[in-house]
Amino acid sequence: MAATITHPRPASETLDIYFLEMRAKLLEIGATLDRIDRSARPEEVVADPRLAFIREALAVLQSAGPERARRIEELYSLQ
Amino acid sequence: MFFIDPHIHMVSRTTADYEMLALSGVVAVSEPAFWAGFDRSPAGFVDYFRQLTEFEPVRAAQFGIDHYCWICLNPKEAEDLGKAREVLAEMPRFLDQPNVLGIGEIGLNKNTANEVKVFQQHVQMAIDAARRQTAGASPAMRHALILIHTPHLQDKLKGTRLILEMLKDFGNAIDPGRVLIDHVEEHTIGLVKEAGYWAGMTIYPISKATPQRAVDMMEMYGPERLCVNAAADWGVSDPLNTHRTMQEARRRGHPLPVLLDVFYNNPARFFGQNPRFKPKPMRMATL
Repeated sequence: MAATITHPRPASETLDIYFLEMRAKLLEIGATLDRIDRSARPEEVVADPRLAFIREALAVLQSAGPERARRIEELYSLQ
Repeated sequence: MFFIDPHIHMVSRTTADYEMLALSGVVAVSEPAFWAGFDRSPAGFVDYFRQLTEFEPVRAAQFGIDHYCWICLNPKEAEDLGKAREVLAEMPRFLDQPNVLGIGEIGLNKNTANEVKVFQQHVQMAIDAARRQTAGASPAMRHALILIHTPHLQDKLKGTRLILEMLKDFGNAIDPGRVLIDHVEEHTIGLVKEAGYWAGMTIYPISKATPQRAVDMMEMYGPERLCVNAAADWGVSDPLNTHRTMQEARRRGHPLPVLLDVFYNNPARFFGQNPRFKPKPMRMATL
């Protein structure tokens, strides 16, 4: 494996830079789930595997690292 | 800052895009053969290959950009084995054209048995092309350069594994240093780089990677044998996403020599294995 390169900034600065972007993306997910609920016949998608994927992906976000992004990609992969 | 765009479908873009690329430091583009958005006849492919090798270099030159391309039958149309046979029969004469770097973007789309067959035929053609050109080539050159498309979304992981297995089956006939496997993401980049291949990251507005995730992957897996592209085509895509990725790396504080390596020198190193590719890796004298 080739050498990795260190992310140049301390964690506090990284959080400062990306916090509002992360907040916006979480709000977008929440609003989209609400929009699905408000749509006609929401019961038709209750068992949709895509929503199950979203729930599982959110669980990955709540778990400890590393490689949360890779684990979410694998969740959405056909084996 | 100069750029080489390693993967862009200029036949789908306007002259305004060429101008924008030139104004933003792009000196060369590499255009793989791909799906046109609809399935073509074998004759349509011949016209397409002529467009890639005759007209597009002229259009690019108007903006001071070197245009290079790759020839193949894309995996999405590989399902029709009869058509594949006819298109592959037309390919060798185009591989000899002065702006052709190799065979690509071959690969898989839905990981079907027919796609697998046509992929293997393309790889064999790359090996045969080198044997045909041995007189003018380095003895170390085992095959023509190969550019590989990996499937989309949920098919990517399985397809990437399948592609790596097929390449392995060719044994010593394949040199991983002469193969670029494109559209890697977090779950496939490690597989590709650990096997010694070049990896390409594609920055798309929705699917594939974002500038932020691409720079994360560069940090986690290292900048060696790594290229970044926007794969701009006829769909929702943006040729400047390559630049946005460089900007994201710059914002984080990565030094300019690393950025020059990823966005210019790496493509120059990979493509430069074909002597037709003119831009050479460069060093920054001062920062």
